[in-house]
Amino acid sequence: MSQTSKQPDGRVVRVASGQGFWGDWLEAPRRQVEGGDVDYLMLDYLAEVTMSILQKQKERDPKMGYARDFVGAIESVLPAIAKRGVRVVANAGGVNPPACAVAIRDVARKHGVSDAVRIGVVTGDDLLPRLDELIASGHELANMETGEPLSTVCDRVLSANAYLGSVPIVEALAKGANVVITGRSTDTALTMAPLRHEFAWAADDWDRLAAGIIAGHIIECGAQCSGGNCLYDWLNIPDLANVGYPIVEGCADGTFVISKHADTGGRISVQSVTEQLVYEMGDPRSYITPDVIADFTSIHLEQVGEDRVRVFGIKGRPATDKLKVSIAYRAGFKAVGTLVYSWPNALDKAQLADRVLRERLKNLGLKLDHMLTEFVGASATHGPLAGDPGDPPEVQLRIGVRGNDKASIERFTREIAPLILNGPPSVTGFAGGRPKVEEIVAYWPALIDKTVVQPRVEVLT
Amino acid sequence: MKVRLVDIAHARSGDKGDTANVGVIALRPEWYPVLERYLTRDRVAEHFCGVITGDVERYELPNLKALNFLLHGALGGGGTLSLKTDAQGKVYSTALLRLVLDVPDAEAASLHLPGASATPAFQRSLRE
Repeated sequence: MSQTSKQPDGRVVRVASGQGFWGDWLEAPRRQVEGGDVDYLMLDYLAEVTMSILQKQKERDPKMGYARDFVGAIESVLPAIAKRGVRVVANAGGVNPPACAVAIRDVARKHGVSDAVRIGVVTGDDLLPRLDELIASGHELANMETGEPLSTVCDRVLSANAYLGSVPIVEALAKGANVVITGRSTDTALTMAPLRHEFAWAADDWDRLAAGIIAGHIIECGAQCSGGNCLYDWLNIPDLANVGYPIVEGCADGTFVISKHADTGGRISVQSVTEQLVYEMGDPRSYITPDVIADFTSIHLEQVGEDRVRVFGIKGRPATDKLKVSIAYRAGFKAVGTLVYSWPNALDKAQLADRVLRERLKNLGLKLDHMLTEFVGASATHGPLAGDPGDPPEVQLRIGVRGNDKASIERFTREIAPLILNGPPSVTGFAGGRPKVEEIVAYWPALIDKTVVQPRVEVLT
Repeated sequence: MKVRLVDIAHARSGDKGDTANVGVIALRPEWYPVLERYLTRDRVAEHFCGVITGDVERYELPNLKALNFLLHGALGGGGTLSLKTDAQGKVYSTALLRLVLDVPDAEAASLHLPGASATPAFQRSLRE
């Protein structure tokens, strides 16, 4: 399969999405390799905050710091890897790709298929050990949203990882790896790299690289393009219990079809794919990745069969000379408490409880930077746009606080339960107990010169 | 004529820091020009006045019959800093679909736009 240049142009390469985030459906990877023909299984585990969670785990245990669900996922697809030649690309390595590779090697050994599993490890994204040196040499790593220099939170930084593109993944595949583990790669590169490898797309073939990126964007959230979270005609989307995760059927010319296995639920339509295309979108003309800038206004969609949407016409432009950096830093503490008030006048009771609580917190002199009250069932998600809720059967009072003084946040968590007996009536829903104090690890997006970051690829033998 | 956005469009929203994005997609391709003409940046900014703290940006995707709105200062700090139920802006989509457009009667009639008195499409399928 790796002799791409000799392959005829008519070939179709199937990249299946088996995980849209860490916490996605555990059944999906196995269903994707057993439900029909696929060439690659793409597993995306990393959201913006995931790296910091993993960094905390690694601090407690140097052997941790990767997405542990991945080990079970690999175990469930080992026969497909070993016997049918399915290759896996995943950013499961988190902040510790080498440890993740060891865990996968151990699983392969346990099942007696060590010889058939060749693990490729992509590193070089971790900038944490170099942070002081980078700042000293003039890299400000300013927050892309606020413009503040990183030096303002430098002493609280937990992790710093550059988003790597498709190049090191392609290199790992070319060296024969059939399980490629990365750290902070872009979600879209996990899909684009196998297509680029198979079809030997050049580094300046902007339109095809952009097509691969957009294929990746469509399937990176798993079933969110195949009927999951789909508002269009949602009630008539069939058999979500058995939902089929998406597959990219890629061609050498950069066109592709989004499909799913036969006899699965969900739906792939122009509408379901369009909803995913606009998800988390900024300026549609400039979807910036390390490999290429993709233009979403060039995308054309066509329904070419049941649960089959063809995507074509995609244009791309040369990439920038920067990489995005995902930095996580400690940003204080928070806690959220809830109580449920019932009819009649549920909202009035919840509002009175909020006033009582706020007065008590004020009298205690707690140091809170921010406090938010929401009334779930009345206005929590749409605010004043929701209009008059009437007299609903129940309303959940939901109060959140945030601040740097942990003791104040702790004290807040003890002020919720007393309201059950000493506040407004008809209150319930406190079985969960006292709210938990959570340390906030916040996200700091920045840019850095590409030349500073050197991806490394190793294939374990 | 008053036309509810929920009757002529579907939507999905997500987050990037403290900014929510809402992609609004015409339910029928021929209805896209209605979105382009009447669902202006100013109209959306007015809709979310008092709900978000920042500015609104609009981008057009005629190829997908969609508009993309960026709502800045929409998520109470965003990500893990936010105390909101909808910290990641997942249902700003439906909040935008609450908007009601004013479309000239002749234009609404020629495009067969559903009037605001009709039961919204998404509710109709449930209640019947």
